[in-house]
Amino acid sequence: MSNLTDITPLRWLMRNPIWGFVLLVFIFFSLMSDHFFDYRNFQNILVQTSTIGLIALGMTLVMINGNIDLSVGATLALAAAFAVDVQSWAMFATWGNWQILPAVCLALLVGLLMGAINGFIVWKTGVDAFIVTLGAMLGIRGLVFVYTGESSFYAMNFAYSDFSALSIGPLPVLAVIFLLCTLIVHLVLSRTVHGRNTYAVGGNREAAVNAAIRVGPHMMINFMIIGFLAALSGVLLSTQMGAATPNLGRDYELWVITAVVLGGTKLTGGKGDIIGTLGGVLAIGILRNGMNLMQVPAFYVYVILGSILIAVLFLDKRFNRTADGGLRL
Amino acid sequence: MLLNRLKAGGPAIAKQGILVAFILFMIVFSLMSDRFLTPDNVMSVFRQSAIIGVMALGVTIVVIGGNLDLSVGSMLSFATVLVVDLHDKVGPELAIPIMVLATLCLGAINGFLIGILRLNSLIVTLGMLSAIQGLVLIYSGGQNVDIVDQRGTWFAIFGRGSILGIAAPIIIFGLLAIIFHVIMTTTPFGRKVYAVGGNPTASVFSGIPRSRIVFTTYLISALCVAVAAIILGSRVMGSQNNVGQGYELQVLAAVILGGTSLLGGAGSILKTVLGVLMLAFIQNGLILMGQPYYTQWLVTWAVIIVAVWLDVAAKRGRLFSPIA
Repeated sequence: MSNLTDITPLRWLMRNPIWGFVLLVFIFFSLMSDHFFDYRNFQNILVQTSTIGLIALGMTLVMINGNIDLSVGATLALAAAFAVDVQSWAMFATWGNWQILPAVCLALLVGLLMGAINGFIVWKTGVDAFIVTLGAMLGIRGLVFVYTGESSFYAMNFAYSDFSALSIGPLPVLAVIFLLCTLIVHLVLSRTVHGRNTYAVGGNREAAVNAAIRVGPHMMINFMIIGFLAALSGVLLSTQMGAATPNLGRDYELWVITAVVLGGTKLTGGKGDIIGTLGGVLAIGILRNGMNLMQVPAFYVYVILGSILIAVLFLDKRFNRTADGGLRL
Repeated sequence: MLLNRLKAGGPAIAKQGILVAFILFMIVFSLMSDRFLTPDNVMSVFRQSAIIGVMALGVTIVVIGGNLDLSVGSMLSFATVLVVDLHDKVGPELAIPIMVLATLCLGAINGFLIGILRLNSLIVTLGMLSAIQGLVLIYSGGQNVDIVDQRGTWFAIFGRGSILGIAAPIIIFGLLAIIFHVIMTTTPFGRKVYAVGGNPTASVFSGIPRSRIVFTTYLISALCVAVAAIILGSRVMGSQNNVGQGYELQVLAAVILGGTSLLGGAGSILKTVLGVLMLAFIQNGLILMGQPYYTQWLVTWAVIIVAVWLDVAAKRGRLFSPIA
């Protein structure tokens, strides 16, 4: 990864085939649709992508670490519910627009907490992360329904729902937040001790233990990061809608895992990076957007995405038999 | 410590953790609600658990074979929409075989990709979950389907009929459970599934056709989904096009609760039945106690983690994981 600068673009594409795919669908839709190649549409894609994308960043860390988190969709819904509901608590009634601040902070804290619970259980009980987060997926969703009384919350403060319409320079603020988070998580993963140990634990846990790496805390930190990012994603999604529904984020874990796997992160851990995940997220975003513009019924998107996921898996298997360093999955 | 006592006192009891937990739950709930342990209530819980139960039987066999099946929920939507929609178009005697064949085809695709091509089952069935959901929507055009003449069709017996006072879904679930239990415990096929799940490499070296066994487990899973769809379609006499959404989780929760290891090679059909019933009784008990419907999901969360934790702890001989 450190020698990214001294290889040619072509070889870089060979190592990150998902970006080749992104380029391909980009060119395809630019030629096929009149409305695709448009600056405002690019802004749209980035905003639409940010929801799944933020969670995918966290999922990359968790999966490189050798775990998986299925509870992100539920965490997203819980955070969104808190962010919208807490604003209207009586104790913040005189705060004006500042009432948004404690609401958002609390929502993000809830996300961190949910991640910490998952991480702590995985660490201390030694139960597989798949089972722990499967339980949490049901449990946290149940929490959402009990907390919201099975109804939607609407944001009374319009400053909240106006936030998503803001722009910083040429970019929508949601896209800026997403790209900023991408950069930060990329740096954490590639430049810090925590990032290096994340790879080590996922790649060979036994060896990591022998090298005196504290496996548990690293896993817990990664679960907290994904919890935080899922909550952030939930908050941003609720600003777009001005509301939070208890069913928010259903099936998001599927989209997120699809994006991360497309980006070349291994389910078994130890391999993957943020650049690939960004490619995977963009590939899905461009596909959905482009097919929408071409007026393909939304139903077909499910079929196409599922097929692509399986096709990538298949190609990777063929690829890896002949040459190492092709698609990494 | 409790665990040491358990280990010293009786490994047999530690092994039957799910049974002990089940009995404890039943005692607690029957003390807290006097309507809980009445024959009527028990029967209705059995009947409600039949659909998830039938699907859980198939998934148990897939999981024992060392794989996962997350596509059963979408597949249930597919099969139910298909059988209900075809019922009015070609009649039930043709609708059922067509639906079963179509569902088996989906199972065969799963089995081909995972058994023959050896692709990762989690991702393949995740992709199939999405693809099949899309197929259902394309087929139904996003519309819900229902059967117009609900009184005059014999199709109703699967969901609404009863024999000797026992509801048909319970009989179907019970029969299938016994059949699959016998298959898994007494036939060569059953032993091979355990072998493939326990150690794939060793099973191949001992001449077991691993690909074919895995392929068959997915066919069985699809067959179970088809049966569940008949019960569901016949009971509701209609179908939403996302009716099975989320079922894969409930099913997997029941299988895990039954002590089937996600690593493959271990598990039992009868314990899955216990897992299914336990989840159903928890749901029922909480509602009888006046709790909001979704409280059951919170309780399920805790029950799953504690059950699997105790299972893992008993195997490693200490309560907490030794990792730093």
